[in-house]
Amino acid sequence: MAMAAFRREGRRFAPLITPQPITAVRSSLISEEQAPLGVRSISTQIVRNRMKSVKNIQKITKAMKMVAASKLRAVQVRAENSRGLWQPFTALLGDTPSVDVKKNVIVTISSDKGLCGGINSTSVKISKALQKMTSGPDKETKYVIVGEKSKSQLIRGSKNDIEISITELQKNALNYTQVSVLADDILKNVEYDALRIVFNKFHSVVQFLPTTATVLSPEIVEREAESGGKLAALDSYEIEGGETKAEVLQNLAEYQFSCVLFNAVLENACSEQGARMSAMDSSSRNAGDMLDRLTLTYNRTRQASITTELIEIISGASALEG
Amino acid sequence: MFRRATGLLARPILSSASSRARPFSTDLPVSDSADSSFVDAWKKVIPNIDPPKTPVAFMKPRPTTPSSIPTKLTVNFVLPYASELASKEVDMIIIPATTGQMGVLPGHVATIAELKPGVVSVHEGNDVTKYFVSSGFAFIHANSYADVIAVEAVPIDQIDPNLVQKGLAEFTQKLSSASTDLEKAEAQIGVELHSALNFALTG
Repeated sequence: MAMAAFRREGRRFAPLITPQPITAVRSSLISEEQAPLGVRSISTQIVRNRMKSVKNIQKITKAMKMVAASKLRAVQVRAENSRGLWQPFTALLGDTPSVDVKKNVIVTISSDKGLCGGINSTSVKISKALQKMTSGPDKETKYVIVGEKSKSQLIRGSKNDIEISITELQKNALNYTQVSVLADDILKNVEYDALRIVFNKFHSVVQFLPTTATVLSPEIVEREAESGGKLAALDSYEIEGGETKAEVLQNLAEYQFSCVLFNAVLENACSEQGARMSAMDSSSRNAGDMLDRLTLTYNRTRQASITTELIEIISGASALEG
Repeated sequence: MFRRATGLLARPILSSASSRARPFSTDLPVSDSADSSFVDAWKKVIPNIDPPKTPVAFMKPRPTTPSSIPTKLTVNFVLPYASELASKEVDMIIIPATTGQMGVLPGHVATIAELKPGVVSVHEGNDVTKYFVSSGFAFIHANSYADVIAVEAVPIDQIDPNLVQKGLAEFTQKLSSASTDLEKAEAQIGVELHSALNFALTG
């Protein structure tokens, strides 16, 4: 049986059986197996290296998942507390995403860092679709981009439409002052009739709903109130404070934008951490599977080389005897 | 073994997340009352992607105006980082509008009021809770719902009178020594705020 095995293997190792010391044969065996000669087994060294790197990757992704989980806990509390902020505005002014205006500005909120699953692509997809929906003769749609990840995607298609891009928003912890300064910047520098904020709303740790919130400029609010429809009730409200109704409506629109933006940014940050958690979790799981498969390959390779060695010794010995 | 470990790690996080996802009054489940004209307009142009949700889907709809005046006023007092009062039924609130102190009772006419720095006092039976708000807006709806949205609010008893005096002196001094319009405006805002704080503590 050993002879038959040797004959089988002999076809492979014939060029190598020279009067050389065993170590040289072994190293040349390994180099022979690396070369693509139709040889099916891989060297144990290579498999071991691959296993080490996969194990390291698994450790890293597990650590990233834990970090994302702790960050999520912190942001989630703040996002849920800020949810009351936009509701009074929607109760007063209603929600009019299908409003027909000339100047649309789409504010896309995304993350700066990657490895967070598909949420940034979803935001970009919705923004592009909104642009398509609101385009038409003598209408223009511009972008304001918050976050690095959507910038790289949107710059490819609509470079000229991007008015402002803001990155590194989360360098310091998110707070209302920072977001209101940002909102002020946007309102001062961009002409708008309707601002559409696109973000991922945090529904649960595994579910993020793409959402769009619409803020209308005071002139459009007046126009919609006069024409009837959802904002018709607005005329029945008495205005207290300020000299003119227009001034109060202007302040109201700016305040609404900063409040809605604040909530949107917090919700998106939550969604980012949640998506990163699940992405890193599936990545660790995949690494674990890969490690199992590599372990099997390693054992097979190791056993094959032991068998080969045994065969050589035995056939060598039997050749000497007989 | 790794898989079991990730499962064990995932479960506590998820259960704690779901226990935290207890319905706050501000956190509401997704309802299907989407804006139908938006959905139709979307589907016409982009049939392949689902339309995004809009804020209306996440809000509990407000009741319509009742025919008789309700007995209580429902107040939502919200700040960027918390909901101070959420759908609380009270007898009366007094808000510092820019035109002066305004008392709001159930059945008040619908109003949009801009607020100046001052005291919001909430009257419920015999309890009065006073908050100092920096500024904001108040909406009073015809169905006896009042929304007060402030940028910053603190209960009066948490304000230190000494710091108020110090701040007032500092900003008055800055106002007199201000050179540019911006500095003057900033100093004026500071003076207004601190005088209002002073008045709130003493008056």
